[in-house]
Order: sequence, then C-alpha cells, then structure tokens
Amino acid sequence: MALSGNCDQGNRNERERLMLKNLFKFHGGVKPPTNKTQSNTQPILAAPMPSRLVVPLHQSIGGTPRPVVEVGDKVLKGQLIGQADGWISAAVHAPTSGTVAEVAMHVRPHPSGLDSLCVVINPDGKDEWIAHGPADYAAMSPADICSYLQQYGVVGLGGAGFPTHGKLTLTPSVAMEDLIINAAECEPFITCDDLLMRERAEEIVRGTAIFRDMLKPQRVIIGVEDNKPEAIAAMQAAVKQLAEPFSVIAVPALYPAGGAKQLIRVLTGKEVPGAMRSTADMGVQVFNVGTAYAAWRAIGHGEPLISRIVTLTGNVHAPRNYEVLIGTPMDELLKLAAPHPDTDGILMGGPMMGFIVPNRQAPVIKTTNCLIAHSPRFFPPAPPEMPCIRCGACARACPHELQPYELYWFARAKNFGKTQEYHIFDCIECGCCSYVCPSHIPLVQYFRFAKSEIWAREREKNAAESAKDRFEFKQLREEREKADKAEKLAKAAAAQAAKKAAEAAAAAAAPVEGAEALVEPANPAPSQTSTVDAEKEAKKATILAAMERAKAQREAAQIKNTDNLNAQQQRDIAEIEARREVIQPTAAAPANENQA
Amino acid sequence: MSFTTSPHLIKDTSVSQVMIQVCIALMPGILAYIWLIGPAIIVQLFIATASALLAEALMLRLQGKPLSLFLSDGSAIVTAWLIALTFPPLAPWWLVCTGAIFAIVIAKHLYGGLGQNPFNPAMVAFAVCIVSFPALMSQWPSIGLKLTLVEQINIILGFSPSIDALSGATPLDALKTALKLGEGNVDVGHLLANQDIFGNFAGRGWEWVAAGYLLGGLWMLQRKIITWHVPTAFIGAISLISGALWLYNPMQFADPLFHLLSGGTTIGAFFIATDPVSGCTTPRGKLIFGAGAGLLAYIIRVFGGYPDGVAFAILLMNLSAPVIDLLSQPKIFGMKDKKA
Repeated sequence: MALSGNCDQGNRNERERLMLKNLFKFHGGVKPPTNKTQSNTQPILAAPMPSRLVVPLHQSIGGTPRPVVEVGDKVLKGQLIGQADGWISAAVHAPTSGTVAEVAMHVRPHPSGLDSLCVVINPDGKDEWIAHGPADYAAMSPADICSYLQQYGVVGLGGAGFPTHGKLTLTPSVAMEDLIINAAECEPFITCDDLLMRERAEEIVRGTAIFRDMLKPQRVIIGVEDNKPEAIAAMQAAVKQLAEPFSVIAVPALYPAGGAKQLIRVLTGKEVPGAMRSTADMGVQVFNVGTAYAAWRAIGHGEPLISRIVTLTGNVHAPRNYEVLIGTPMDELLKLAAPHPDTDGILMGGPMMGFIVPNRQAPVIKTTNCLIAHSPRFFPPAPPEMPCIRCGACARACPHELQPYELYWFARAKNFGKTQEYHIFDCIECGCCSYVCPSHIPLVQYFRFAKSEIWAREREKNAAESAKDRFEFKQLREEREKADKAEKLAKAAAAQAAKKAAEAAAAAAAPVEGAEALVEPANPAPSQTSTVDAEKEAKKATILAAMERAKAQREAAQIKNTDNLNAQQQRDIAEIEARREVIQPTAAAPANENQA
Repeated sequence: MSFTTSPHLIKDTSVSQVMIQVCIALMPGILAYIWLIGPAIIVQLFIATASALLAEALMLRLQGKPLSLFLSDGSAIVTAWLIALTFPPLAPWWLVCTGAIFAIVIAKHLYGGLGQNPFNPAMVAFAVCIVSFPALMSQWPSIGLKLTLVEQINIILGFSPSIDALSGATPLDALKTALKLGEGNVDVGHLLANQDIFGNFAGRGWEWVAAGYLLGGLWMLQRKIITWHVPTAFIGAISLISGALWLYNPMQFADPLFHLLSGGTTIGAFFIATDPVSGCTTPRGKLIFGAGAGLLAYIIRVFGGYPDGVAFAILLMNLSAPVIDLLSQPKIFGMKDKKA
C-alpha cells in the first residue's frame, strides 16, 4: 500500500492488465437489450421537495425500527425517527425538516401490497439540517464504526437492503481475501450507479476505504460492467487521485454479472454455494457502490441515509437520474420524467427482477434504484404459454447451473421434495430461464410458487410440532400436579392417622375419667377432647353393630343358589369337590417340575 | 393491467421459430435429394405434411386444445418432413400417409402431445412401417433411373404398379448382401470401386444428400438450435467403431467415411437424435445418448437384419434417456468440489 509515484502507477497498470486477463466466467447468462442510454446522458438532478414524505420504518432486512417521534413533533432534516431494533436493523431518519403528520400504516413498495408502519412528514420547506458534522473516524474502533453506521441508517443500496454494519464484522476463522465493490449494474434500464460513479467517484472510493479499513482484505476490486466506460474512467481517476491500491475492473456485460455471487465468480473465480449465507465465509465481501457512497456521507459528513439516486425511465418523455428523498411518493416522482399517457404501472427495480408496485402512491425507499414507467409498448405481454419441449435453453442460461426444465416439471406436479433435490433454493430468481424460454413458460413464477409452498409447509410443520410440544408439556404438567396433590393428601392422611393413633393411646390410658368429664365442664382441654373422642367411639360402635345386624338380616332374606338343593344335586357337588381335591395337586405339579 | 411478475422482458423466440429453422436446415439435403431422385420427394413431403397436419388438427380438436396455436408451432411439419425424407421416395402415398398419421396420433398425441412423447414420432413411424411393410420400405429407386414427374407421381399414387422393376436396394443393403453372397471371398474395397451403386465415398448420389444434411446441421449448430454434444458423440461413435473394425479387417468392413455418408447417419446425428423432447437434456446425458445411438446404429446396420440401424438405435436410446438424464445431473454452482 506504500507504493508511490510512477512505480505505483506502473504496478497498478500491470496488475490491472493481469487481472483483466484472469477474469473468470460464470455459466449461462443472457444479454437483453440494455436500454441504458436513454437515462445516462444527463447529470443527476435533485428532485424537488414533494408535498409530503411517507417514510416506512421497515426499509431493510431485519428488525423493524421503533418510531421515536409522535404526531405533531417538529423534526429536522436528518433527525432520528426510527430507532434500530436489534443488531440486524438500521435506523431511519427524517429526510427533511417539517412536522410529523401521522405515524400510521401506509402501503409500502413491496409485491405483496401490504401496509407497514410509516412516519408521514409534512415538509416545512426550510429543509433545515439537524446539527451534524464528520465523525472522528481516526478515534473510532471497528465496533464504534459498526454502531455508527447502524445509527446513520446505512444499508445495502443494491437491492436486498441488508444493514451494512452487519457485513463489516469478520468471520474469525476465515481470512478476508477480497473486498468487492459491486458496480456492475447489469439490469437493463438502470443507470443510477453509472451516474453516481461518473459524478461522485471520489466519495465512493473514500467509502470503499472505510470498508477496507474494517475488513482488512488482501485485495479491493471495483467491478464495473464494460458498457460504462465513463464510469470506469471516473473511478480509475478517483482511485489514482486518492492513491488507493484498488483495482477498477471492467467485467463483460452479461446479465446477471451484478449478482453478488456471479460478480465474485467473475472477479475471483470463487463459487459461493447457494446455501452459504455469508460470502465472508469464503473470504469475500461485496458491497454495492451506492452503499460505499452512503457510508462515506455518514462518516465523512455526518449525514444519515435520507436520499438516494433513482433512475426514472421507461415509457417517459424525459428519462433521467434524480437524487430523491426517501419517502417521496412514486407517482409524484415519476411525473418529473413526464410519463406517456399509455403508462399503466410503475416497475420498481429492473425489468428482469423488479416488480410492479401494487400502489403508485408507494414511497421511494432506500432500495429503490429505478422506477420504470410500464406500458404494453415497452413490455408487451408474453405470448401464450406452450408446453415445455425440453430444449434446455433455460439450463444453458441459468447462472447457477440448475436444470430449470426439471424444476418446472416438479413444481408443476407439486412434487416439492424433488424440487429441493434439484436445488430449487439455489435459484436466485434472476429470470434468465424465463427470458430465453421459447415456450414462454413463466418459469420463475413456478419456482416462486414451489418455494413459498415449501416454506408454508415448513411453517405448518413447525406450528404442528410446537403445538404438540405444548400439548405434551401440558399433559406432563397436569400429571405432575396430580402426583403432587396425591402426595400432599397422602402426607396429610398419614399425619392425621398418626395423630389419631396418639390420641387413641391417650384415650385408652384414661377411659373412666372421660365419663366423669361429661359432668365437669370446667375440666382442662385435653381431657375434654378425650371425652368427645370416647363419645364418638361409642357412637361408632353402635353404628357398626347396627350394620352387622342389617347385613345378617339381608343374608337371611336372600336365597343362595346352594340352598334348597335336592339330593341328586348335593351328590353331584360332592363328587365335583372330590375330583377337585385330586386335580389341584396334579395341576400344581408341572410348575414345580419346571422349576426343578 | 394484468398482474405480472419478473422477468418483464422476454426474448424474441418461440417454438415455431425453432421448428422453422429446423425446416430451413433440412433444405440443403432436400435440394440434393431432388437433384438425385427428381421432384418425387416434394410430392412425398407434401403428402406427409398434409397428413400430419390433418392428424394433428383432429387430435387437438378431440382434446379441446387451441388449433391455431398448436398447428402453427411447426412441430408436426418437422415430424412429417423427417418421415418423408427417411421413407423410400417412391413409396406408395398411403405408406407415407400411414407413417405420418401413426407418428402424430399414436406416438405424439396419445402420449400427451407436444413435449410429452417419449419416442421420436418420425422414428416410431419408420419402425412401425419397416416392420409392417418390410418389402415396400426396402425398395429404393435404382441409380440412373430417370423418371419424369408424372411417372413418379403415377408410381406414388399407385397408377403404375411396376415398382419392382424400377427399384433396388440401398447402398448399405447392397453392400451387406454382396458380402453375404461372397462368403468371405469378396473385398469391400473392390465392391465399392466397381459396383455402380457406389460413388466416390458411399452410395452414389446419396453421399451428397448426406452431405446436405451435414451442412444444414452445422448451420443449426451455429444458430444454437442444437448443441454440439449429440452430433459429435453420434458421429464420433460411428467413426470409432467403423474405423476400428475397418482397420481390423478392411476386406470385410467398410471405411468410416462410407458409414458417415451412408443411410441416415447425418440426418440422424443432426436432426433426429437431437430431438430434445425424446432425447437427453443434460450435457453429459447428451454425449451418452449420442454415442449410444451411434454405436447401436452401426451394430444394427452392419450385423442386424435391417438396411439401416439409425431409427432403431434412436428409439432404443429414447427408451433409456430418462435414466441417463437422472444419472447425469450436472453439479450446480458452488457445489462442484463437493461430493453429492
């Protein structure tokens, strides 16, 4: 890292040349029309202040931040409005100054169309910042930086929105080899990363340096698809200017080269298995280029993540990139690009993996990289689905080397066990298979169906198992309680019996006194008790005698089947009895023999 | 708008585009065929196509499937053409008609239609007809026999039933018969050089038809309609076994080039064994499938009782394709160095 001057430049060029040569390939991939030139010719423009901002609290993977403001509160730009809940969660801030109008459920930009808790802010138009300034970076420990980034709401801006600080902790047993900045931007139409690199390359490199300081990797590689020459040049210039030993590498434009695992493969040759949760376990960590920028804005300027670059494109007059406040309603934002009248929806993200927002009033969130005005002209509806002819085009296109036609077959047959055997959970839903299918089968939809069915079944199974556990525990508890109760009763009974025995002994020792005691009420307590006992005993005896008499009477009244027998019957009985006398010893004998 | 999920883009491709390209790829072979035999083959192509489409329409109607969508997918036309091109060119009209109808009705639709048939329909038709009508299926027009279109049509339609006088065996059959009759005293090289039925490399004229299919096949490879695996394995296997036996005894066994340009080798390797529906789909599976079909085709044509073995070889491999696919699943991304 201590290289300088010409030597530095020479080494870097040499290294880059070598690295370019050593790029790896991933299997499959497709080349849909990129449609990027419409929106990447004009510089980024700050979007005007919207009439109101709807800031969802849940914008990233992990716990939903807890609101810390109430209706009517005045907030300043950058003020905390949602406190991170748990480690994998990131704070949410007011994008501008104004008044909290609501803390209520509003639609969020998600395919489900479900509502989530949002803080609605009416801007006061002053856009007044909370007191802020650069962090004392040099004095901060890695743990400080992690919690700082969490408090400043920095999350992955590439799509999934994983809290950035969660990726900055090292796996203890694995050496960090490669830090990769993902600037591939392989999805058609999207150009927000392209423009960000062209205009703010230096800050991206500074953000990357923070990640480098945290993870201490052997190499830092910034991977950009080769269809963005201006961005590559800007990044290379910035790297050179800041004298950082980062490699800016042009990777061949091939969708989905910007998938984290595909980019890792292209740049390092490593294949991270689908089941592996964290790429850090393979000594690689990947951050989106926008995330690096946001991290620098947080640390270098003290600005929390309250805005991002969004590409507005598709069926519009004026496609362009805008810097947009988080919480800006999409329909209001899209008007800036003047959508054509036949626009029938808003597509968030790219056309390969994005989704139609169920409600156009949904707000821009931290992971909204692109809004595409949808129209049948741009995205003609798919022709009717034909049967699969097993041509294998999907398998040739699949970057994870799955056999989509087999998965399709099993998913269609609801043979979910087989779909798992054929690795359905390695499917990243990139859409390459659906894209190339000559039978126009919406393969990805079948796979989503299979996955959600499997998840639903797992949930049901888990629910049933915990219900069973609860039931068994309840039974166990009831039995234990019963046993405890019986034990207590037995103890009590034993104590009672012991007491009685003692009293009976005492009563036996003074039987006469008891009788006298009846006429002497002034006698002390013990003798009184024994008098009462004696009285009870007498009563009991009377009762017993009466019962004996009743029993004798009953027996006398009842006719037994052995009474009133005639002579013949009596003889038979006598004979049988005689036989029994003979048989009984004989029957017992074999058992004795066996024992002997 | 209707609810759609990603991806929102689809490539401009379709089943019918694939099938049309297969038909285009057959053109060089068909042109060579016309040059060799005369326009009779066009009549046969027409008869086969019409019968196949009618049978297809009937079956679609019976199943209540949309007629226009499935009739225009082109799959029935490809099947029909393969039947017309593998049957004897002067076969009576009803033979081709029977083959086409059997292929579409029994081999395709009774198994569930497009994409569901376990066996290649054209090859099922060929096997059924050669077993049921062995004489008719073995009568190929003699080389040098010049007939006008009218005469050919009369033969096909059965108006001039003098086919016996006009026809002979295929080059493969001729070689086999000559070797059998010669009982070890005949030399393959001598036969090939001196009999009129043999040309420069294989059967006179037929070698150019085979070369035409080869050309079309290479074009399909370039267009990525097919992959290299099946043709390479198929041709490789035939070359290897024929080469080995030829080196072992050149008196008894013909050279590899003869086998490559004889019978159905090239049309089988590029157009029939590559049928994705009835063949293997994994890369390794395709190699096994192609090699197995090539090997079986050679064994049947040289040691078996039929003039050519390609149809039976492919049907036998169709039979084993599901198991081969099951056992040749490729390792997925990130799992290659793991035993699974």
